[in-house]
Amino acid sequence: MRAALWRRRIGHTALGLGFVALLLLLWDLGVRGEWVLLFDIKMGFLPAPDVVARLLWDFAFGGLYDDAYSGTLLEHLTASALRVLAGFGLAAALAVPIGVLMGRFPLVNAALDPAVNLFRPVPATAWVPLVLLIIGFGSQATIFLITLSAFFPILLNTIAATREVPPRLVEAARMLGTTRVGVLLKVVVPAATPGIVSGLRIGLGLGWVILVLGEANGIDTGLGSMIMLAREQVRTDRVVVGMIVIGLAGFLSDRILVLGFKGLFGRRPLVRA
Amino acid sequence: MSAVHGAVAAARSAAPVVDESGRVSLTGVGKRYETKRGPVDAVADVDLEVAPGEFVAIVGASGCGKSTLLRILAGFEGHTSGSVEVGGAPVRGPGPARGVVFQDYGLFPWLTVAENVRFGLRQQRWSRARAKRRAAEMIEVVGLTRFADRFPGELSGGMQQRVAIARVLAADPALLLMDEPFGALDALTRTTMQHELKRLRAESGATVLFVTHSIEEAVYLADRVVVMAGGASHGAPGHIAAVVPVDLGDERDVNGPAFNDLERRIAALVHEG
Repeated sequence: MRAALWRRRIGHTALGLGFVALLLLLWDLGVRGEWVLLFDIKMGFLPAPDVVARLLWDFAFGGLYDDAYSGTLLEHLTASALRVLAGFGLAAALAVPIGVLMGRFPLVNAALDPAVNLFRPVPATAWVPLVLLIIGFGSQATIFLITLSAFFPILLNTIAATREVPPRLVEAARMLGTTRVGVLLKVVVPAATPGIVSGLRIGLGLGWVILVLGEANGIDTGLGSMIMLAREQVRTDRVVVGMIVIGLAGFLSDRILVLGFKGLFGRRPLVRA
Repeated sequence: MSAVHGAVAAARSAAPVVDESGRVSLTGVGKRYETKRGPVDAVADVDLEVAPGEFVAIVGASGCGKSTLLRILAGFEGHTSGSVEVGGAPVRGPGPARGVVFQDYGLFPWLTVAENVRFGLRQQRWSRARAKRRAAEMIEVVGLTRFADRFPGELSGGMQQRVAIARVLAADPALLLMDEPFGALDALTRTTMQHELKRLRAESGATVLFVTHSIEEAVYLADRVVVMAGGASHGAPGHIAAVVPVDLGDERDVNGPAFNDLERRIAALVHEG
């Protein structure tokens, strides 16, 4: 039984990796053959996979090209990760408590809901010009944009999750002598945790998306700033390397978040599988 | 197991046998909803006196207001006329003196069996050590010691309902309100749970109000059976149609002629209503 399960798992993994290998092969063929695809994508302008791989290696460990970026991956990744973490952390610290209150207290909801709906549809890209004028170039503007973008998905998920707490659980807690504040902390928050965690994951993912937007201006360390600079220098290979690293960082931070919560909660059913 | 039973029984028998805190007095109780098409009475003119330690079953067709009555007694819903008193004091909101057992258990899925049983005691400011001891004792009484560290989602319906009963009995309530507690269980488990409830109730000495669809269950368990009738679909408010004493002694044979006679009589009253 277990062996069969493992065989299937290995089979699925092989299938997934096989598809990635196929994409890499098509990429390589496309670049060499200078294919022109849908949307007028000119494959001939792309660097070949092996070129990207070598540059990625040099970016991570150095020793191949010996330019300004050789062996600096950790430095750029750390700078970017800290910005994402700061913006995301601030967004979570604000959005979760506000969301719990909005979800449970109609008065709080009535007071804040119109403002939320007014600001929420304004995309981060539309904020950039204003932010550059009132904050200026730099780290703070980036962190602000990340906070702003991560705030709303965390808030909305928290509101929805707290509203969906089964009324039965609240009744049970009240019947057992729990105070109203106790119900909020001991019943509503844990019961809403799976939904809150989903919101945090979306917020964190958005943080990495917005990073590039924020780092595009006036910042010289960071993955986003690196790819924006590379674009100006028409270094397609470096742009692709930056994209790969940002993608991996986003993926890894999501895994770390989920595994962190799973470690915290143990076997308690508080995170969706 | 029997040692614990003995200890629990001994602790209880030390208390005065007639504890007035379990007395239920409903006088002219009504509940009226204001709707767009005018007021609707869910229940009206309910008079019922339940002596301390008495077991009263409430039967009646769907919508007759039997669950509403129980929820009013629990303090989950208000009434709009009459007086609702438990132990001589008017009911104002839910509290641990009136333990409620729900059809859908209402356990906290993120807490283990032991933590679920401890929850109410901790909310009532029992010390950690005392709550832990009491919970372990109650879990043994319902025969779930082996499952103390499991989560509710890992247990069968019957086991979950045992946990729910243990958690309310742990606080030694004067009144136990049970809203179709065995309605979601299969027939076999249901019979086991009825036996179990009989035993637990004898040990606890609590007054029990037990809402059920099953007339057999009512006759098997109760000292008196309250038949309710009416309801929105009948164009009349829910009310008490009859109160039938069950004089069958402690050992009841569900297949005996006296038992079946009484069952038929009550069934007739339910259908008349």
